[in-house]
Amino acid sequence: MEKRVVFNSRWLPYLLVAPQVAVTAIFFFWPAAQAIYQSAFIPDPFGLKTQFVGFGNFEYLFGNAFYRQSFVTTAVFSVLVTVLSMSFALWLAAMADRIIKGSGIYRTLLIWPYAVAPAVAGVLWLFLFNPFTGIISWLLAQYGYTWNHGLNGGQAMTLVVIASAWKQISYNFLFFLAGLQAIPKSVIEAAAIDGASFWKRFWTIVFPLLSPTTFFLLVVNIIYAFFDTFGVIHTITQGGPQQSTTILVYKVFADGFVGQDLGSSAAQSVVLLVLVSLLTVIQFKFIERRVHYG
Amino acid sequence: MPHAPPSGWRSPMKIQKDVEKMAMNKSLFAGAIAVLLSGAAPAAAATQIDLWHAFSGRLAELLTVQVEAFNASQSEFTVVATAKGNYSEALNAGIAAFRAGEQPDILQVFEVGTATMMAAEGAVKPVYEVLAESGLPFDPSIYLASVTGYYTDTEGKMLSFPYNSSTPVLYVNEDAMTAAGLDPKMDLSTWDKVGEAVDKLQASGSKCAFTTAWQSWVQLETLSAYHDVPFATKDNGFGGLDTELVFNGDAQVRHIEMLGQWAKDGKFIYSGRRNESGAPFRAGECALMTESSAGYAGVKAEAKFAFSIRPLPYWSEVDAAPLNSIIGGASLWVLEGQTEAEYKGVASFLTFLSSPEIQAKWHQDTGYLPITMTAYDLTKAAGFYDTNPGTDIAIIQMTGKAPTANSKGLRLGNFDQIRTVIDEELEGVWNGSKSAKDALDSATVRGNELLRRFEQANR
Amino acid sequence: MVERRGIGTWLTHAGLILGIALICFPIWVAFVASTLSQADLVRPPMPLIPGGHAIANYSEALFTGANAPVWLMLVNSMVMALGITIGKIVISILSAYAIVYFRFPFRMLFFWLIFLTLMLPVEVRIVPTYEVVAGLGLLNSYTGLILPLVASATATFLFRQLFLTIPDELVEAARVDGAGPVRFFIDILLPMSRTNIAALFVILFIYGWNQYLWPLLVTTDPSMNTIVMGIKQMLPTGDDVAKWPVVMATAMLAMLPPVLVVVFMQNLFVKGLVESEK
Repeated sequence: MEKRVVFNSRWLPYLLVAPQVAVTAIFFFWPAAQAIYQSAFIPDPFGLKTQFVGFGNFEYLFGNAFYRQSFVTTAVFSVLVTVLSMSFALWLAAMADRIIKGSGIYRTLLIWPYAVAPAVAGVLWLFLFNPFTGIISWLLAQYGYTWNHGLNGGQAMTLVVIASAWKQISYNFLFFLAGLQAIPKSVIEAAAIDGASFWKRFWTIVFPLLSPTTFFLLVVNIIYAFFDTFGVIHTITQGGPQQSTTILVYKVFADGFVGQDLGSSAAQSVVLLVLVSLLTVIQFKFIERRVHYG
Repeated sequence: MPHAPPSGWRSPMKIQKDVEKMAMNKSLFAGAIAVLLSGAAPAAAATQIDLWHAFSGRLAELLTVQVEAFNASQSEFTVVATAKGNYSEALNAGIAAFRAGEQPDILQVFEVGTATMMAAEGAVKPVYEVLAESGLPFDPSIYLASVTGYYTDTEGKMLSFPYNSSTPVLYVNEDAMTAAGLDPKMDLSTWDKVGEAVDKLQASGSKCAFTTAWQSWVQLETLSAYHDVPFATKDNGFGGLDTELVFNGDAQVRHIEMLGQWAKDGKFIYSGRRNESGAPFRAGECALMTESSAGYAGVKAEAKFAFSIRPLPYWSEVDAAPLNSIIGGASLWVLEGQTEAEYKGVASFLTFLSSPEIQAKWHQDTGYLPITMTAYDLTKAAGFYDTNPGTDIAIIQMTGKAPTANSKGLRLGNFDQIRTVIDEELEGVWNGSKSAKDALDSATVRGNELLRRFEQANR
Repeated sequence: MVERRGIGTWLTHAGLILGIALICFPIWVAFVASTLSQADLVRPPMPLIPGGHAIANYSEALFTGANAPVWLMLVNSMVMALGITIGKIVISILSAYAIVYFRFPFRMLFFWLIFLTLMLPVEVRIVPTYEVVAGLGLLNSYTGLILPLVASATATFLFRQLFLTIPDELVEAARVDGAGPVRFFIDILLPMSRTNIAALFVILFIYGWNQYLWPLLVTTDPSMNTIVMGIKQMLPTGDDVAKWPVVMATAMLAMLPPVLVVVFMQNLFVKGLVESEK
């Protein structure tokens, strides 16, 4: 969509876009190009010498079982975070939508986790589940269940999923609530008069009308789980135990800055670049769908 | 992100003004903070020497004491010591800083990072060069060969300064032994004997009979050297970059199997990859701990129970055992890219650290090995080893027998990453998901991949 | 919604309260822990009622901290968050204005270039961006913390969509009055964007404050730590025992500014975040 009426100026528009283009070029495109270039080399950690290997880094990566595993780990992690966070948020939103008074207070109280950094969320949940002093691990021990996410991969995954999902609940809640409130009351009332029960109404009317919101949140949550959860993983498990919580984003960091394998890290960056592009295309389609120009 | 409908009016010029004001305030504020942070600058511009280290707790306190003593003893140089996390974090911080051109003067690198540092010829300034160029008196022969040998090149020239070298020993909580009905002075020289003690401890209710620190270093690397079996080919890596890992031999597998069984039985409580087990031992929760001899500093400071130090246990079935244990700890590396004045300061600091009194005190306080003969003699003459039995075990264990090709230590590239692999695989044994043989086999395969990548990057 | 009053409503309220309890539980526990002493916490279970050590813990956090005192980290975080927020808003609104209201060669090219940055989150370019920033000498500086995060495609799109909804009549009227593009921007466009800017302020402030990976890489000097990344350094990696009360006090302080911003600017924030009913 374009504007009919515009201004004519030779130099002003360039001046206006200049800051953004400059920052984008220096800090986005130049490093991205560097990543692609560096993925063909194996440098030594100090940057003193480097060996050209062509596709060697990619061969090494895809031949490495742990790297292939991190794809699976990332997928499992994202699905779990998304499903857990969205269902809980939907449940809360459905309830909040039903009451007339007090919904403002509930919303205020439910909005907090949005402001909490994923890394801080990680520290909070780490404290709760600390194998030696955590209150929830103590509680589990009373029922005979030993919690040590430092040794048990399944427990580690559970913990990072909970911490990541918890943080995202507010965001999903706000959107679901808005989506629910946007459904015309008349439609619901008509169905109620016709004798449809709550669940029937929910599945046949509410859920379909909510589907744009749901799809939008699906994409946003998956992207969140892919990238923004780095802080959670770094503070709680550092990708362990035995790399059971090493998602793709974490592996790029771990191999590059901890493992000092810069060639592998660059190759992983390139793979991520392709993945993100796919996800962005999908995301943009859904964003575009939600926006109208009035 | 979807949008909100536009509404409302606001004075627009204000936005621009506010932004400018904020920017100015920000820089003023930042400037004020910077001045505050720089602290009271010394009157004369003393050359600053940056030392990055990985100590915490009691060891960090003792290092601070040394640094302050040096700074107070002269006014030309000021050493600023910064803690950079654990050994891995410190090494990575140093490497990243080098890539960014902001490297410190001195970097403390653990023995595991030695091959990486040695391969970085343009990044590292060998210590013997720094000392020779400084004009200060430097006599390489005062240093104990067995301690410095690990950090010298093929011509015997010192590449890094062996500031804190240790070797693993066995710590015994004597009160816990007594409480379990065991004689605290009992013979614990072999793993069989230790096994008996551990059984008895658990039977009498001990929640943590045995724990270990630095599992790879103690239970695999030192184990191999102690029993004269190779850890890697080519003289454990000293002979070339094309070395391969072979620590999945019978001796090692059998040992890890035993520990795995202990873990399953609840006799061996695993606390972490590094020295996390120090905390429960010092708190009196664990009865026996294999840890670096430098764990002595913390144990002496915090343990509220009687404790003793024993030599590392060995398998009596192996004839060659016990050979000698290998070096651990760290050394101080000097990095390239500093000014001449800074190198002079570094030399001055290292000479200070080598002086007999400082070395003797450091050795006695921490449990790290003395790096000079005179420090050892001083300590002996003062009767320290008599009043503190067990504190000379580390030296005897490391220097008592002539080393073979299998027990001079390890020189493997990417070894920090290989240790992570070993740690991961061992954890699989402790939580019961892998057999010892599978874990060690898998560790050698994965470790060899890392060795090949190091070889490739350093051709 | 249509539902019988009475039981249904009570159940709903009960369910919501349960949900809120589950969500706020970690924060409550953290708050209580920040008021207890280390001895209280070493043996579980910890009490769930606040203790009396709040002042001691918060003072230790604020003035000693781990590698840097927390008050310093708060300052760094504030500077970074405000810098990112204001920087992003200013840059994006200017770009969006140019793209919507001007015709110039390469206009669509710039638009797509900005769009492409959506495909390049920092995680995709960690090592090279670090090298670029280091090469420019921007490590351990506010500029290095702020500048690489300041280009934002989403904010630009938001403003673009907003401007596209503004009636053309306004522009025509302005031109008739003899106003040039700058006047139009300042006198008409900015005021109309006020709500959006305010809403974006909240969202971007939180985004900026909660940055983790980038500050982690770019600060090697502890005096430049931000509080969100600094907390991790308080967790021990060796045989140190964590001082949990102090860590929790730091966590509370780390959460405080963004939570305050969200709660007090709630309406704006929600409106800005969610598409409202037309």
